[in-house]
Amino acid sequence: MATTTLTRPTPGAAPATAQKMRQPRKKLTVGRIAAIVVAAFIAVLWLIPFAWATVTAFKTETDASAAKISWVPPSGFTVEAFAKVFQDGNIPLWTWNSLYTSAAITAITLVISALVAYALSRIDFKGKKVLMTVIIASIIIPPPVLIIPLFYQMLALQMIDTSWAIILPQVIHPAMVFVLKKFFDQIPRELEEAAVMDGASRLRIFMQIILPLSRPILAAVAIFVFIGAWNNFLWPFISTNDGSLLTLPVGLQTIKSAYGVQYAQNMASALLAALPLILVFLFFQRQIIKGVATTGLAGT
Amino acid sequence: MSSSTMSRRTNQPRTTPKPGAKAGPSLRSSSANLSGWGFAAPFLVFFLVFLIWPLISGFYMSLTGKSLTGANESIIGFANYAEAFADAGMWRSLGNTLYFTVISTVPLVLVALVMAALLNIGLPAQWLWRLSYFAPFLLASTVVSLFFTWMYNPQLGLINDFLSKLGLPKVAWLNDPNVAMWAIVIATLWWTVGFNFLLYLAAMQNIPAQHYEAASLDGAGAWRQFFSITLPQLTPTTVMIVLLQILASLKIFDQVYQMTAGGPGGSTRPVVQYIFETGFTGYRLGYSAAISYIFFGLIVLVSIMQFVITRRRSA
Repeated sequence: MATTTLTRPTPGAAPATAQKMRQPRKKLTVGRIAAIVVAAFIAVLWLIPFAWATVTAFKTETDASAAKISWVPPSGFTVEAFAKVFQDGNIPLWTWNSLYTSAAITAITLVISALVAYALSRIDFKGKKVLMTVIIASIIIPPPVLIIPLFYQMLALQMIDTSWAIILPQVIHPAMVFVLKKFFDQIPRELEEAAVMDGASRLRIFMQIILPLSRPILAAVAIFVFIGAWNNFLWPFISTNDGSLLTLPVGLQTIKSAYGVQYAQNMASALLAALPLILVFLFFQRQIIKGVATTGLAGT
Repeated sequence: MSSSTMSRRTNQPRTTPKPGAKAGPSLRSSSANLSGWGFAAPFLVFFLVFLIWPLISGFYMSLTGKSLTGANESIIGFANYAEAFADAGMWRSLGNTLYFTVISTVPLVLVALVMAALLNIGLPAQWLWRLSYFAPFLLASTVVSLFFTWMYNPQLGLINDFLSKLGLPKVAWLNDPNVAMWAIVIATLWWTVGFNFLLYLAAMQNIPAQHYEAASLDGAGAWRQFFSITLPQLTPTTVMIVLLQILASLKIFDQVYQMTAGGPGGSTRPVVQYIFETGFTGYRLGYSAAISYIFFGLIVLVSIMQFVITRRRSA
C-alpha cells in the first residue's frame, strides 16, 4: 500500500500533509528498509563524482597528483585552484556567453513555436495538414546530420564567428511545437468566443487569453530548451572559433587541453561550470522535474 | 503581415454571424489562410532556412566532390556513397555507434526503472533522492568528461584505487580498446539516466491508486503489485523510453570525443565523429555529407520501426 502515498505532483504543501497522515500505515518492514538501503547506495554512487571533483578542486596541485588517493589532503584544503582558474581562465566570460545564447535560443524558440502552435491548434487555414505533417516528420532529423551543410550555409551567410551562428540553428524544436499545440488544443474555445464578440484580433486573443493560460507548458518548454541549449556542445564547437564567443562547454574543452595535468584546476573549472544549472535546479526543482517529465513524455 | 487583416476577420463573432458577415474564425476563409500562415511564418522562416534547406543542400553536397577548399563542386553522382559503402572507417564507426547503442540502452532503461520504483515506494526526503539521481543530467558533457577522465585516470584515479583496495588489478579504462567503450557507457549512464528516471517516475505516479488498493485487499504483496500492476501499466512508457534512448544513443558524440577522442585505435569513434572528421579535418564536405545521409537513413529506419511498434500498440 505504501505505493499510493507517494507525492503526487500537486503543488504546495498538500502532498506532504497527505503523506504524513498516511504515514502510520507505512510500517518499517524489511522490504522498506531494503529499498531505502538500495536507494541510498545508488544515491551515494551518483554523488561520488561530485564529491571527488569537489575534494580535488580544493586540493593543492601537488596533493591532487599524489600517487596516494586522499579524501583529506595532507596539505589541507585550499582555494588556490579556483583562484588560478579565475585569474587566467575565462569562466565568467564563457558563463555569460552560455547564458545569453541559451536565453536567446529559449526566447526565440518560445515565441515562434507558440505562434505556429496556435495556428495549428486554432486557425483553420489552407495547407495546415501539410504543414503539420512536415513539422512532425522533421522531428526525426538528427541535428548531427546537418552539421556539414549548416556550417557551409553559415559561411555563406557570413555568420561564422558571430553569436548568431550559435543561436539561430538551435531555435527549431518541432517536438516542442507539437507539445504546445497539444496543450492549446485543451483550452476551451468558449474562452475565446467572448473575446471574439468584443472584436479582439487573433493576435490579441493569443497574447491575452491563450498565453496566460499556457504558463505551465511555456515554462516546461522553456526549461527543456534552455537546459539543452546550455549544454549543447557539437554545434557551438563547430560554429565558433572566436575565443571571445565560446560557450561554457566549448571553453571547458579548450581548458582541458591547455591545463593538461592540472587536476585541481580542471575540477575547479568543471565545478564552476556546473554550478549555475545546479543552483537553478535547487531553486526550481519542482518546475524543472515537471517540465522535463511533461515535455519529455509529450515530445514523442 | 497586417494585424489589420487579422482583426478584420476576427471582428465577427463566431457564434452569431451577422447576415453577410465573413466567416468566423474556425471556418476556412482567405483571411483565415492569411492569419494562419501569418502565425506560422516566423517559425517557417527558421524552419526552412536552418533545417529544410541544410537538409536539401546537404543531400546535393553529398552528390558532389565539394571540399572546404572549394575544389570540385561538380556533381559526381553517387560516387561518394559508393566510396562510403566500401570505406572500412565508416563501417567501423557505424559499428561502434551500434555497439554503444546496444550496450548502453539496457542499463539506461533498467537502472532508471529501478530508481523510479525505489522512490515510488514513498521514501522520506524525496527531493534529496531526485536531486542525486537527476542532477548529473544538468551537466554539460564537458563537465561529465572532466569528472570521469579524472576518475578513470590509471594511476591517480579513484576507481582504480578502489579496485586495488579490493585486491583487483588496475584497469586502463580509457586506454584499453576492450574496455574504453564500457567506460563511456558507465559515464553516460551516470550522466543521463536521470532523464529516463524522471519519465518513469512521472508515469508511475499516474497509475491510479485504486489499482494498488484493490490488489492489496486481495493480499498482493509489494513485489506482486510491482510485477502485476506497475510494470504492465508502464509498458507504453517503457516502449517509448527504449525507443527514445536508442535514438539518443545513436547520436553519441560529445563524451566520446572529449574522453577518448575516438581512441584507442578508433575503438570508440562513433559515426558522428567520423562525419565531423571527414568534413572538418579531411575537408571533404561532399563525402562527409554522404556519410551523414547514410547515418540519417539508419535513424529513419529506427524511427519507422518506432512508429510501427507504437502504432500497433495503440491500435
